[in-house]
Amino acid sequence: MPPNPWFSWAWVSTHWSDLWEAGVEHVTITVVAVAAALVIAFPLALVARRFRRTEAPILAVAGVLYTIPSLALIGALWPVFGLSPLTVEVALATYAVLIIVRNFIAGLDEVPADVVDAARGMGFGRTRLLWRVELPLALPAVLAGVRIATVSTIGLVTIGALVGYGGFGDLIYTGFQRSTGRAQIMAASLCCVLLAVVAELLLLGVQRWLTPWTRRRSEVTV
Amino acid sequence: MIAQVWAWLTDPAQWSGPNGIPVRLAEHLQISGFAMLLACLVALPVAVWLGHVGRGGFLAINVGNVGRAIPTYALLVIFASMDPIGVGEKAAVLALAVFALPPLLTNTYVAMRQVDPEVKDAARGMGMTGGQLLRRVELPLALPFTFAGLRTTTVQVVATATFAALVGGGGLGRYVVDGFGLQDPAELYGGVVLVALLSVAVELVLAAVQRRITRRTGTREPEVVTAS
Repeated sequence: MPPNPWFSWAWVSTHWSDLWEAGVEHVTITVVAVAAALVIAFPLALVARRFRRTEAPILAVAGVLYTIPSLALIGALWPVFGLSPLTVEVALATYAVLIIVRNFIAGLDEVPADVVDAARGMGFGRTRLLWRVELPLALPAVLAGVRIATVSTIGLVTIGALVGYGGFGDLIYTGFQRSTGRAQIMAASLCCVLLAVVAELLLLGVQRWLTPWTRRRSEVTV
Repeated sequence: MIAQVWAWLTDPAQWSGPNGIPVRLAEHLQISGFAMLLACLVALPVAVWLGHVGRGGFLAINVGNVGRAIPTYALLVIFASMDPIGVGEKAAVLALAVFALPPLLTNTYVAMRQVDPEVKDAARGMGMTGGQLLRRVELPLALPFTFAGLRTTTVQVVATATFAALVGGGGLGRYVVDGFGLQDPAELYGGVVLVALLSVAVELVLAAVQRRITRRTGTREPEVVTAS
C-alpha cells in the first residue's frame, strides 16, 4: 500500500499554488455571499420594523429556510443556475440573510425607547432618527450577526464542491476520491478552519473598533 | 417539474425496498439520534458541572466559537478516511456529534449561568447543599434555555444528516446525492422536499415540547440564534 499520511509537508510545498487558488476562491465566495446578504437583510429588517405585522412572517420564513440543509439547497438550485458559482452564492446568501436579519431586528428592538423619545423630542424626523440614532445603536447586534454569518458561510462554502465551486472544499472532495488523499484533505480542512478563525478575530476587532461603548456587553447570540 | 416530483414521491416503488422512503427515513433518524445522544452525553454533564461551579466560562464559550469554524463536510471526510471508521453511517454519526457538541456546550453553560444568583443565594441560605442546589434549583431553572439550545441543535443535526450520503452513508440525503449524480431532478427535488419536511416536522414537534416546558416553569422563552 502506498504511504498515506495525514500530514505531509511535501504535499503542502508541492501544492502551495493549489491551496492559494482554493483560498482565493473560498474568500471570494464568502465575501460575495455575506455582502449580498447584508444588502438584502437591510431593507427586510427595516420593513419588519416599520410594519410590525410583517415581522413574524419574515422571521418564520427565515426560520423555515434555515432548516433546509445546505446540501439540499445547493442541489435544488443546481438545475436552475447550473454548475456555476451563482448556485453556491445564492444558497449561502440565503443562510446569511437569515442570520443577519434576525440580529438586525433584535438590534433595532434593543434601542431604548427613551432614547428614541429624546431624539423625537429634539425634532429628529424618521429618517434622521434611523440613521443617527437607531442604526448606530443597533450596530453591535448587526456586526455580531455579520460575524456569525461570515464564519458559518466559510464552513458552508465547502459544500459548494458539489458543483465545483467549494474553495478548500474542492480539495477535500478530490482528496477523498484519491486513495492517497489524506494529506490533501487535512491540509485543506486546516486551512478552512484557519480562515474561519482569522475572519472571526478580524470581525471581532472591527466590531470593537466601531462600537467602543459595548466592550462588556453580554451576548445572547450563541 | 412539480408534477414529476409529485410522481416520484407518490410512486409505490419509492415506498418499499432498501432504497425506499421508510428505510431512508429510519436511517436518517437513526444517524441524527445517535449523533445527538453522543453529543449530549459529552456536552451536558460538562456544561452543567462548569455552570454549577461557575468556572470555565471562557472554555465553554470559546469551544463553541472554535467549533463553529470547523466545516462539517471536512469532519465527515476526515472521519470517513480514518481506517477504523471508514465510509458510511459511523463517520456521519461521529461528524454530526462533533458538529452538535459546541452549541450544546455553550447553550447549556449559558443556561446554567443565567439562573438568578439571588435565587441561588436564597437556596443556600435555606441550607441546601451543592447537590440539592443543582438538582432542585439550577437544573429546573436552566431547563427552558437548555431545551431551546437542544431544539435548535437537533434541527440542525437532522438537516445536516443529509451529508451522510456524501460518504456512502444512507438517510434521505441519498436521494439528493443520487439525484444529483444521475442528473435526475425528480429524485433530487423529491429528496430535498423530504429532508425539508422532516426538518420542519422535527422543529414543530420540539417547539411544542418546549412550549410545554416553558409554560410549566413559567419562564420566558429565550431567543437563541445558532449558526450551522
